[in-house]
Formats: sequence, structure tokens, C-alpha cells
Amino acid sequence: MNWTWFHKLGSPKWFYEISGRWLPWLAVAAGVLMVVGLVWGLAFAPPERYQGDSYRIIYIHVPAAFLAQACYITMALAGAVSLIWKMKLADVALQQAAPIGAWLCFIALVTGAIWGKPTWGTYWVWDARLTSMLILLFLYFGVIALGQAISNRDSSAKACAVLALVGAVNIPIIQKSVEWWNTLHQPATFKITGKASMSAEMWLPLLISVLGFYCFFVVVLLLRMRLEVLKRESRSSWAKAEVIRQVEARS
Amino acid sequence: MNAVRKKRLYIVLALVAGVGIAVALALSALQENINLFYTPTQIANGEAPTGSRIRAGGMVEEGSLKRSGDSLSNEFVVTDFAKSVTIRYHGILPDLFREGQGIVALGKLNADGVLEADQVLAKHDEQYMPPEVTKALNESGKSKPQTKEGGA
Repeated sequence: MNWTWFHKLGSPKWFYEISGRWLPWLAVAAGVLMVVGLVWGLAFAPPERYQGDSYRIIYIHVPAAFLAQACYITMALAGAVSLIWKMKLADVALQQAAPIGAWLCFIALVTGAIWGKPTWGTYWVWDARLTSMLILLFLYFGVIALGQAISNRDSSAKACAVLALVGAVNIPIIQKSVEWWNTLHQPATFKITGKASMSAEMWLPLLISVLGFYCFFVVVLLLRMRLEVLKRESRSSWAKAEVIRQVEARS
Repeated sequence: MNAVRKKRLYIVLALVAGVGIAVALALSALQENINLFYTPTQIANGEAPTGSRIRAGGMVEEGSLKRSGDSLSNEFVVTDFAKSVTIRYHGILPDLFREGQGIVALGKLNADGVLEADQVLAKHDEQYMPPEVTKALNESGKSKPQTKEGGA
């Protein structure tokens, strides 16, 4: 198998150039999808038969919860790459993704609590789904804290990668928690096989909103990674030239 | 992939597999504690402790809800379609509480096997459906001041 494309991905300069080309497109896609999905979902989708309008918070809650998990899977994969191939860019991706994931997880928990009060009658209950999601938030905090606490770049990369990999065990638990145990949280509305238990005029805006959140996540991650790459490569000639170019473009 | 990387790949896989097995064993040992509530079958089989606060969950049986005329007391039957348990609750039931809907009640089992609940939570299922178009039209046409529940 030819691995040259993979090693090319590890070059900070190459990453900086290619991500700069993708960014505008992704940003436009994120903006359009999020505006369409959220406006449609929050204002135009029909109310739910029992919950009325309060169900509309799913248009934020579900995408945030999806992305909080997808972000952690990304971090675990980046952790594996950083451990096995010692690729510096994978470590950049891992550490820069952690705060984004933590915020998404926090949004999912808060919107869930706001929805839980009128629907269930309580903000919080220690059921398996809610608790495993809270553990995910703490795992994010752990990765952020570990990355900040260790000043040696190589050891911090190693420690964060191991934590990201170990914590990945929590992801299938979050997803399967509503099937394995009795929980207050309802089972998944969307299944890979079979029909969604939701009418099309409700899930279509939700799907668009989820796609929008995905694009938004990638845009924010790339922006953060580009800044970090510039910081780490600040002594190389291409990075210096890029910083000068950006400063001149501002003034 | 060279030999060093291959070795590191195996270490990573072993790490994830090891942690996965450890967590799986711990969770299966804690199975009973992670369940949020006891089902009526478990209560009927005596698996739920009497005298301490437990949660019972299931579907509210159709036609079983009895509201007291002069107080906030309610009595209803929760079933898992095999066994059922009677629940007594003094207080306001959540908006989503209705017959045929899943609920979780927190309280103590008394000697008669009746759960004296001090909290009732409504469980929402995974079905999201808009109300029938005609019904929605009627409501908006006739009774405007009637606000939708949970619409805040």
C-alpha cells in the first residue's frame, strides 16, 4: 500500500494551503445550512401533538449532541494517528477539537435540561443517557486540562492521545444506553435501518440543521488548527511570510 | 507501514480493547444500579426493595386513572403488559401525563404493593407527530385563547 498521500497530510504547510482553499466553501455551506435548518425548524415546522412548541429545541439539542459525539470520535482517531505515526498535525487537531466538543456537549446538556422541565417534569435525572453524556463533558475537560498542564509538547500529545482513546469507550455507551438500560430519555428517533418515527416536515429541517452543525464544526476546527499551526511553525519561512501577508492585508 | 508503527498500532488496539472489556465487565456488574426504574414485573417478582425509595416505570393503563374530586390525589395503574402496579400520588401530574403514555414514579412500596409516589415524571417516546391538520385548524379557528401545553 502506498502511504505517501497520508504522510503528505502530516505536512503543516500543505495542510495550511489546502485548508485555506476549502474554508470559504465550508463556511458558506455552514451558514446556509444552519440558517435554513434552524429558521425552518424553529419557526415553520408544525408543532408536536403533545408537546406543542417546546419540542422545537431538538433542532439545537440533537445536532449539538450528535456533534459532541462525532467530535470525540474525531479526537480518538486523531489520537491513534498521533500515537502510531507521531504525526504532529494529528495532535494539533486533537487539542484544538477538545474545546469545541466541550461547548457542543454543554449546549446539548443545557438544552436537554430546558426541554426536560416541561416535558418530563424535571431538569435532571441520573439515568444512563444523561449521566454518560455528563461523563463525555468531563472527558473533554480532562483532555483540555491535560493539554494545558503538560508544557512538553511531545508528552502532552501522548497523554491527550491516550486519554482520547480510552474515553472513546464512552461513545458506544452513550449511543446504546437507551437500549441497554431503563432510562427516562427516549430511544433514538432515527435508526440506520427502518423509518424515522417522525414526520418528514419535522425531520427534514432537523437533517439540514445537523448537516449545518457538521460544516460549522469543521470550519471552526480548521480555523483553530490553522492558527495553532502558524504558532507552532512560527520559525519557518513560509509561516513568517504568511503572517506578514495577513498583517498587510489588514492594514 | 513499518514495523515500529505496526507495533504501536497493536499497542493502541490492545489499549482500547482492554479498556473496553474492563468497562463492559463493570457495567454488566452494575446493571441493576444503572437501570433508572423497576418494571412492574420486577416489582411483582419481589426484586424491588420495600420500605426504601424506588422508581417504578411503565405505561399508564387505559382507563385506570382515578382523580379525587376534592383534592390533588390521583391513583392509576402502571403496566408493562405482563404485570402491573398501582401508584398513588398527591400532587399535580406533569403536562405530558396521559393514559397510554410512559411514566416514571418515585416513591415507596407499601405493604399492599401500592407505590406511594412523591414524584411523577412523564417519559416521552421517540414518536414526534404533528397534530392532525383538521384538528389544528379547528383549534386555531375556534378557541384562540386556549394555549398549547408546554409552549413556553
